[in-house]
Amino acid sequence: MQLTEKHREYWQRNLNITIVLLAIWFVVTFVMAYFARPLAEINFFGWPLSFYMGAQGSLVVYLVIIWYYARKMRQLDIEYGVEEGED
Amino acid sequence: MSAQVSSNRAFFNKLKKYYSWYTGGFLVFLVVLAILEQMGLPRVWIGYVFLFATIALYAGIGIMSRTADVAEYYVAGRRVPALFNGMATGADWMSAASFIGMAGGLYLQGFDGLAFIMGWTGGYCLVALLLAPYLRKFGQFTIPDFLGARYGGHVARFIGIFAAILCSFTYVVAQIYGVGIITSRFTGVEFQVGVFLGLAGILVCSFLGGMRAVTWTQVAQYIILIIAYMIPVVWLAVKHTGVPLPQFVYGKVLEKVSQREKQLDTDAKELEVRKIFADRAADLRKRVAALPKSWEEGKAAAEKRLEELRAANAPLAEIKAAEKAVADYPKSAEDARKAWTAQANAAAARAAPVLHHAVPYYSANPDPVKAEEERNTKRRNFLALVFCLMLGTAALPHILMRYYTTPSVHEARKSVFWSLFFIFLLYFTAPALAVLVKYDIYTLIVGSKFADLPGWVAGWQKVDAALLSIADINMDGIVQRAEISIGQDIVVLATPEIAGLPYVISGLVAAGGLAAALSTADGLLLTIANALSHDLYYKMINPNASTQKRVTISKILLLFVALAAASVAAQKPADILFLVSAAFSFAAASFFPALVAGVFWKRANKWGAIAGMVVGLGVCFYYMATTQPWLRGVFGVTGPVSDYIWFGIQPISAGVFGVPAGIAALVIVSLLTPAPDKQVQEFVEHCRYPNLRGDTIDTLAR
Repeated sequence: MQLTEKHREYWQRNLNITIVLLAIWFVVTFVMAYFARPLAEINFFGWPLSFYMGAQGSLVVYLVIIWYYARKMRQLDIEYGVEEGED
Repeated sequence: MSAQVSSNRAFFNKLKKYYSWYTGGFLVFLVVLAILEQMGLPRVWIGYVFLFATIALYAGIGIMSRTADVAEYYVAGRRVPALFNGMATGADWMSAASFIGMAGGLYLQGFDGLAFIMGWTGGYCLVALLLAPYLRKFGQFTIPDFLGARYGGHVARFIGIFAAILCSFTYVVAQIYGVGIITSRFTGVEFQVGVFLGLAGILVCSFLGGMRAVTWTQVAQYIILIIAYMIPVVWLAVKHTGVPLPQFVYGKVLEKVSQREKQLDTDAKELEVRKIFADRAADLRKRVAALPKSWEEGKAAAEKRLEELRAANAPLAEIKAAEKAVADYPKSAEDARKAWTAQANAAAARAAPVLHHAVPYYSANPDPVKAEEERNTKRRNFLALVFCLMLGTAALPHILMRYYTTPSVHEARKSVFWSLFFIFLLYFTAPALAVLVKYDIYTLIVGSKFADLPGWVAGWQKVDAALLSIADINMDGIVQRAEISIGQDIVVLATPEIAGLPYVISGLVAAGGLAAALSTADGLLLTIANALSHDLYYKMINPNASTQKRVTISKILLLFVALAAASVAAQKPADILFLVSAAFSFAAASFFPALVAGVFWKRANKWGAIAGMVVGLGVCFYYMATTQPWLRGVFGVTGPVSDYIWFGIQPISAGVFGVPAGIAALVIVSLLTPAPDKQVQEFVEHCRYPNLRGDTIDTLAR
């Protein structure tokens, strides 16, 4: 079948969201780990910041990324009329 | 349509009710056992009750969920609600290594061990954003199914089958091995008997009901394993901080551990013990260098000493010790080289300075240039390992397969959230546990008198000296940090006793470890059997097979694969831990580029995907075969490792080279060969939208 302009826009917006979320994922994972030694100088409620991020902080960010993606995509699905009819 | 929605909701409510009752029932069971223990129920009985009660429970769920329907057998009828699929994925994901080994690994490696915590959780972002919703829309039964449909022909599917089995088989052997260890340690049965007992537990479940039975059992197993992990940690947190929320308060404990480590760096007694180990290592290296003469001299000396003792009528104990020394003496100069080198390495490891737990990429090298070099290598390895573990997580077939079982694309997206949430509960607790145990040992055990050591120390030393051994090396009657040798698994296994909990909690921890190993083994066995029965037999050999026949064949294959895995595990293969971590690199390099390109790059074609998978696997394999000691032996690679190692990266992270090579091959070959036809383009569009009105393609397998 032929995709409409609206369909293409949906996919483009999905790609944009995906790219932004992957960028956040990359920063809290790899950029954080790369700069772990200077970040360890910062004290975060008793933890050195990089230890806290590796043990908890990054994990929380991962959870938020996935939660936000599911929520946002559900809204997009409905906005563009591609949601499932739960059939 | 709305009837379906309300039926799904009714099903969800029913499940919620069942599992609430189940959790309540399990807690009552624990309380009853605790009371029985107070009344004098022997420990070994508690072990038996836990082992048989939980296996019987899983078998019961398996029997209740038995099925011969294809969609029920392969994907649990596609009606598993997001929350419950999340719990099942959590149990599927967390293996014996996560449950028992993870906290211990963090204890031994400090910050650098966090690569496992981040890698094994962050991978779910990739699953959520790049794979799960699209695979669910595709909606068939296995991962090779997707490769076969997207790239056409049998070649891509076949490589998929090969890679799926390669990754899953080593992993399942490790799980069954774990089951054998746990059952034999807690009930006293033989290791081999334990392996086959565990196998029975795995089989009743997956054999009768396939994915359907495995799903509902995994939910039950998740509940047991999370309760088993939390109770001892919370207790230990109360002991050291007074707050029952270890994850939020251990920062302060970590500060105290760091101060203690600095003290230990300059502690005179500690340095004395380390010096003794360093001398031992140097002495052993000297003897290795002087082989074979040193071997002959040592042999003569041992024999002479025995003669002298006998002649002098020495006490019996001394004579026995001398006899043992003669009997245990290496049989040849070659044996001596192996034994003494291993001993020298072990002694050198114990002479090493205290690891600073909270410091990233710690190096105690006094030479600042060398120290900086070591730190940079450690950092590179940390980044590479995180990369491999994340992409491997997002490519392991037994995990991806779980997202076929949800009722819709939206539920699949939500389900990844719940999966990570339930995994997170354990993974953000493990670093806290490691720090609390370290604090306990560094402040309460180190510096105490040998005569005052708590009972659990002696108990575990007796079970297995590799797990825990404390010996008075400098003969001052006081425990020094360097006199303690700790194995990875002890941290979780001994926590109930360190926290001063009754034995029933130790039994619970064993049951939790068993649940973790069994649930992962279930998922993996199903993946292998499905790859063989569905992809190889039904799709490639006999497409006319009746549904009845397909399910029967799948069940028979499951039995064979399970027996094969158990017989490999019963041999106690030595390099099992390496093989498991290698599975992540292999999965990442073989599946990840082809799966992601399958959805996001329409131009990717059959030849590109095949080249990508083969090159990815090949590069990984080459790197491991030339750098990993055991594989080097297998393939007869000689010459120094430094000739083969790239950027100092450990073989476990071979995927860091395999994945880019695979992506490059996929892109280049795709561009050099014709673009895929219109049908494939439409297939990709079909997968991209949860619901396309007027879509003519229907890939859903019912």
